[in-house]
Amino acid sequence: MAENKLSDWAVLTAGWIKQNPTFVQVLGMCPVLAVSTSAENALGMGLATLGVLAISNLFISFVRNIIPNEIRIPVYISIIAAFVTMVDLLMHGYTYSLWVSLGIYIPLIVVNCIPLGRAEAFASKHGPWQSFLDGLGMGIGFLGAIMLIGITRELFDAGTIFGYRIWPSAYNVFVVALPPGAFLVIGLYMGLFRYIGRMRSEKKPQGSENK
Amino acid sequence: MSANFGELFALMFSAMLVYNFLLSRFLGMCSFFGVSQKIDTAVGMSIAVIFVMVVSGLSAWILNLLLVAWHIEFLQILVFVLVIAALVQFIEIFVKKTNPVLYNALGIYLPLITTNCAVLGVVLLNLNQNYDFLQTIFNTVGSALGYALAIILFASIRERLSIDELPPVFEGMPAAFITAFVLSMGFMAFNGMIKV
Repeated sequence: MAENKLSDWAVLTAGWIKQNPTFVQVLGMCPVLAVSTSAENALGMGLATLGVLAISNLFISFVRNIIPNEIRIPVYISIIAAFVTMVDLLMHGYTYSLWVSLGIYIPLIVVNCIPLGRAEAFASKHGPWQSFLDGLGMGIGFLGAIMLIGITRELFDAGTIFGYRIWPSAYNVFVVALPPGAFLVIGLYMGLFRYIGRMRSEKKPQGSENK
Repeated sequence: MSANFGELFALMFSAMLVYNFLLSRFLGMCSFFGVSQKIDTAVGMSIAVIFVMVVSGLSAWILNLLLVAWHIEFLQILVFVLVIAALVQFIEIFVKKTNPVLYNALGIYLPLITTNCAVLGVVLLNLNQNYDFLQTIFNTVGSALGYALAIILFASIRERLSIDELPPVFEGMPAAFITAFVLSMGFMAFNGMIKV
């Protein structure tokens, strides 16, 4: 790992908040919007993406010096597609009901921008161990974001979290579980995070803003 | 032929309006938010997507016959992604030669059509629904037109919105999401229109 000075911990945590793939980079929004109708679906999707991301990053990093530069994108996609097919078949075998409710969004992890984006931006330039950590970190960031939205939408739609009742169904907001609700929830969260970011930077005395 | 033309058109319009790819199926979100700041780029992107989508939808349907005949359906994802990647590469070369202005405007989003979920999404949906060849054509064309309609409308709204004063925390992406929320609500009105 002589080619970079990043510490393992910095690589792992980059995707959690500072470069969160969903809220900061706005990548891979399709599954975040589409399968975040309940906390359970969100968890399944988040874990599937996390697995693909970590393993494909590791693998791509291993072969990064063999791949000719001109055809690297098709090679990356083939590698990612192979792992997604494995995840798809595994989920079909072991978690059938989840597989049914996630539907075509599992094969669509292939074209989720995050794995390809990380392959291009990170795994093609760094060693296997750090690439694995980067995939893991980004996956955790994605999992966190999709869980947050899934929990929020389930809570406001059905008054439950993972099926446990939080408040009576009379308080439910119908629109949140419909397609438009996904846009609304994410838009409001983004605004909220930006507001928190502003409050923080205003509190700090000038010039001491450390990243 | 299993469906008459009335049903085929119903299929096309439901793919275009009711189950709009961007606003109700959430496929192709990266480009939806990425290239929708200006109407020009949105138009260019939709033309590229329409072309890739229709050609790959049809070629995937034909290729699937081979995959089924050889009992290697588990390779579907891999094969389709490669077909789409090859097509995108072809279009990139074509656009670069014929229209450099458009090529520069589309920038990184042209190669990213490869990873545009809408293209692979329509291919997989066609196969999941077991559409025959005609149904595949109409469904694919409808989806592609729906994509173009939604992204151009959205770009028009964003272009107008960019000269307004917004609450500072909502400027940019958050405002775009709220706009998409309103647009999506509008498209929900089509829900009762076609029964499929």
